[in-house]
Amino acid sequence: MLRFLTTRLISMVLTIWAVSFVAFAIIQLPPGDYLTAYMARIAAEGERVTAAEMEAMRQQYGLGDPFLIQYWKWISGIFGSGDFGQSFEWKRPVTSLIWGRLGNSILLEGLAVLVMWLVALPIGVYAAVRKYSLGDYLATVFGFLGLAVPNFLFALVLMYLSYVWFGTTLGGLFSQEFERAHWSLPRIWDFFSHAWAPIIVLATAGTAQLIRIMRANLLDELKKPYVTTARAKGLPEWKVIVKYPVRVALNPLVSTIGWLLPTLVSSSVIVSVVMSLPTAGPLLLRSLTSQDMYLAGAIIMLLGVLTVVGTLISDLILAWIDPRIRHGGGR
Amino acid sequence: MPPTPMADKPLLKIEDVEIAFSSPDEADIVAVRQVDLSLYPGKTLCLVGESGCGKSVTARAVLRLNDQNSLIRCGRIRFSPSDGETVDIAALKPDSLAMRKIRGNQISMIFQEPMSSLSPVHTVGDQIDEMIMLHEGLKPKDARERTVALLDQVGVPGPRERANSYPFQLSGGLRQRAMIAMALACKPNLLIADEPTTALDVTTQAQILDLLKELQEEYGMAMLFITHDLGVVAEIADEVAVMYLGDVVEQGNVFDVFRAPSHPYTQALMRSIPTIARKKERQRLSPIKGTVPSAKDRPEGCAFTSRCPYAFEPCAGMMPGRTSVSGNHVARCHLLTENARKAEVPA
Amino acid sequence: MTAETLPREHVLPEAVPVRESQAGLMWRRFRQHRLAVWSLWIVAAFYFVALFAEFLAPFEPSAYNPRYTYAAPQGLHFSYTDEEGSWRFGPYVYGYKVEIDQAAMRRTFVVDKEVRHPVGFFVETKPYHLLGIIPMNVKLFGPTEPRAPLYILGADRLGRDLLSRLIHGTRISLSIGLIGVVLSLFFGVIIGGFSGYYGGWFDSVVQRVIEFIRSLPTIPLWLGLAAALPRDWSSLQIYFAITVILSLIGWTELARVVRGRFLALRTEDFVTAARLDGASDWRVITRHMVPNFMSHIIAATTLAIPGMILAETALSFLGLGLQAPIVSWGTLLQEAQNIRTLASAPWLLLPGVAVVVAILALNFLGDGLRDAADPYGR
Repeated sequence: MLRFLTTRLISMVLTIWAVSFVAFAIIQLPPGDYLTAYMARIAAEGERVTAAEMEAMRQQYGLGDPFLIQYWKWISGIFGSGDFGQSFEWKRPVTSLIWGRLGNSILLEGLAVLVMWLVALPIGVYAAVRKYSLGDYLATVFGFLGLAVPNFLFALVLMYLSYVWFGTTLGGLFSQEFERAHWSLPRIWDFFSHAWAPIIVLATAGTAQLIRIMRANLLDELKKPYVTTARAKGLPEWKVIVKYPVRVALNPLVSTIGWLLPTLVSSSVIVSVVMSLPTAGPLLLRSLTSQDMYLAGAIIMLLGVLTVVGTLISDLILAWIDPRIRHGGGR
Repeated sequence: MPPTPMADKPLLKIEDVEIAFSSPDEADIVAVRQVDLSLYPGKTLCLVGESGCGKSVTARAVLRLNDQNSLIRCGRIRFSPSDGETVDIAALKPDSLAMRKIRGNQISMIFQEPMSSLSPVHTVGDQIDEMIMLHEGLKPKDARERTVALLDQVGVPGPRERANSYPFQLSGGLRQRAMIAMALACKPNLLIADEPTTALDVTTQAQILDLLKELQEEYGMAMLFITHDLGVVAEIADEVAVMYLGDVVEQGNVFDVFRAPSHPYTQALMRSIPTIARKKERQRLSPIKGTVPSAKDRPEGCAFTSRCPYAFEPCAGMMPGRTSVSGNHVARCHLLTENARKAEVPA
Repeated sequence: MTAETLPREHVLPEAVPVRESQAGLMWRRFRQHRLAVWSLWIVAAFYFVALFAEFLAPFEPSAYNPRYTYAAPQGLHFSYTDEEGSWRFGPYVYGYKVEIDQAAMRRTFVVDKEVRHPVGFFVETKPYHLLGIIPMNVKLFGPTEPRAPLYILGADRLGRDLLSRLIHGTRISLSIGLIGVVLSLFFGVIIGGFSGYYGGWFDSVVQRVIEFIRSLPTIPLWLGLAAALPRDWSSLQIYFAITVILSLIGWTELARVVRGRFLALRTEDFVTAARLDGASDWRVITRHMVPNFMSHIIAATTLAIPGMILAETALSFLGLGLQAPIVSWGTLLQEAQNIRTLASAPWLLLPGVAVVVAILALNFLGDGLRDAADPYGR
């Protein structure tokens, strides 16, 4: 267990380091240095920057230095003082812009994962136990649709239907009066009355995949001799299935979070744009279009870190529920 | 408990059972035909045959553990425990309360692969406890005490710690012992052992067989033992039934059958066992010609027809009846009736 | 005992050995997969449309007409009874009349069943070049009256014909999927092949890189890369840059498949035998191993195309992918972003239907190919 943990932690640190490298490379990508772009923007707004100010900024960001030194200045700022740099567009530190939105992202994605599991588990179990039944076919059809309908399209259709049928525009996460309020019962209620739609949109594709995986895993497990053993004990059929094969089939399902999360984070960016949610997605898009690169880099990095940490958590859960990993036993 | 005399009423009587498997795109496959078997308390019946001959299907039918697409087309499986009424298991629904009360409690089963037959994500102790709590309604703590005692009895060293192990942490022999402990947890009247020693190495095999014999004596239970290994049969059986492609071709007292095998298949089986001899005296093993056909291509008559060196006119078309050889030793072969008829003619 | 002389009824007939080519075998297995066969036809139809877009589309994708902004779909009709009550046959569309939408305070075009504009096949148009090469001046169909409106699937905000745009978008979206996959395949086969054939440290490095890339959320990454493309690039340059960006991440899956097959085959006896015979690495790979997993590669490639198409659609939808004047399914769906516009012109979502059908068909086709490629079934 300890060995498993340490290897996991080391690989997580390495991955986060690589993520930061990629994020910084993206910051550096746009042609020309961003200070020039910034100057141009400021000039366009009719303000003036003195040569001294400009030189100070040059120093701060290490412009003109080689890539690796610039990277070092950036990354040590992040890990030293949590400083992600300055947003040119908003003229504020990046940190003041992203945390709230990132929190919303995490909340939304976490809830989507929860919904995925709650929906996919029983349906997957049903589809496997009643193989080739009507319900199984429906689950299969749903699975293929979940695979083929891009989530932003689904979001559009949902918004369209709600607008045409109920005359309401779906979108946002809060009503105006709750936007800046502290969490309270009415605010939670308000949140869910807004969030159900994006959660459904985000959860659909993953649910479809989880159902397919659960069904396939469980079909494999149902054939295993230990199921017969459990049946031979005299347990009722539902208990046989829930306690044994379903329990075993859960393990590979947990490990799917590792690749489910990247897709989920990806789709939350685009769905947030469509449904104008106050998450990191729209901010990223806006910062990229306006070449506000420190902001964009920070968001890309944090979304990457979020995914990596999520994967680590799923690994830990897996180790917790699967004794073969916990005790380092052979597979 | 002293061995009950043969004349006693059987604990389990399988009468004329036929089991078929259906599939959506093919015709039904009859896996087992006209099987009659009797099991007596304290006695062991061995079902012998090649893989796919229907011995496991027959054994599982006793607990109604065959897949959902199987059907007991006809026949009865009468179970008469000494302390209860006779039940026809063949008439019960597989997931009915009555069936579940028999499973594990009065009839229990151990399987071939002790690794895959135990859940990989539950401790051995939990899996045994569950059985005790289910049938005897004990509290978890008391059940665990019983489990530890059982593990101790089946020869698991350090039973209290072992109870907290997962199957993958135990050796094959220990796993099978744990499996046996689980099967014996509720003191069943009948133990079905489906090739319990096949997956083990030879020395462990012998230990497990000894253990089973010991426990049988102690508990006075009947045992239905499935194997393809005639050596194991010689070791453990009182009665033997030889199966080939869904038919019981010969059955009877193990000494009678081994001494005078009367069905060509049994004879061929006996010839295919290697014997220990000096190099000069060694004989070539004579394997049985050909391969087992699929149950789909089985003739209406004797299933062995296609490989039998003596096959003649009626074999393929007509199922031979049970012909008595001696005592309770019977075989299904047209040769026996033919010989009997020939013997009568000159007289 | 006379048993030996007796006839045996159940002697099996001699099995007739049939030699079948691997492709033939695969095709036979593939045909059993009915959904996959249907999908093959649908995919073929899509690519046919993509290939002959200029000929099939009645108008240029950028041809606009401010007289018909957001005109509703006319549909295509084939028969009617004329004023004398006699039955007439021939394709036609209805005309439009203008109504003022009081609530939205703007003009809307509604279908006017009183007016009929005939539609002709192989109508002459301005000369154009099919695929940019073959000069032509005939379209598959179009209005026979010179200024008659033809908006079978409706019009967008500039009065451009959605059907024509959809047909041209099909070309771009499908080709970007195809080119992206070919690029990915190139990287995937080289990297995965080396990795699987030689193993060792190179293999472990490649494995880590693949794991790393696959653990990242792709859309933010793609967005970041796409945003860095110079603004002054031509749309063709952007088009190729986007395919490269997509395949930068897409190669991992194909490399994984190729590596897996290489690893599996490397220890096979026939490969060892070839090597012991003194065959060079190149010969072992090209003559013995590649033919053995070609079918797997084809299946994996097919399964990778939908991902590419979806990615392009998403990027373009967000405005960081392909740029106007290039028309793709993604840029078409961009028009549908505003929910109020969508409510009055729901036909703008039709490109989404094309996306879903194409993705489904490609997935079923890929599944069918994969099952057919695996001789031992799964």
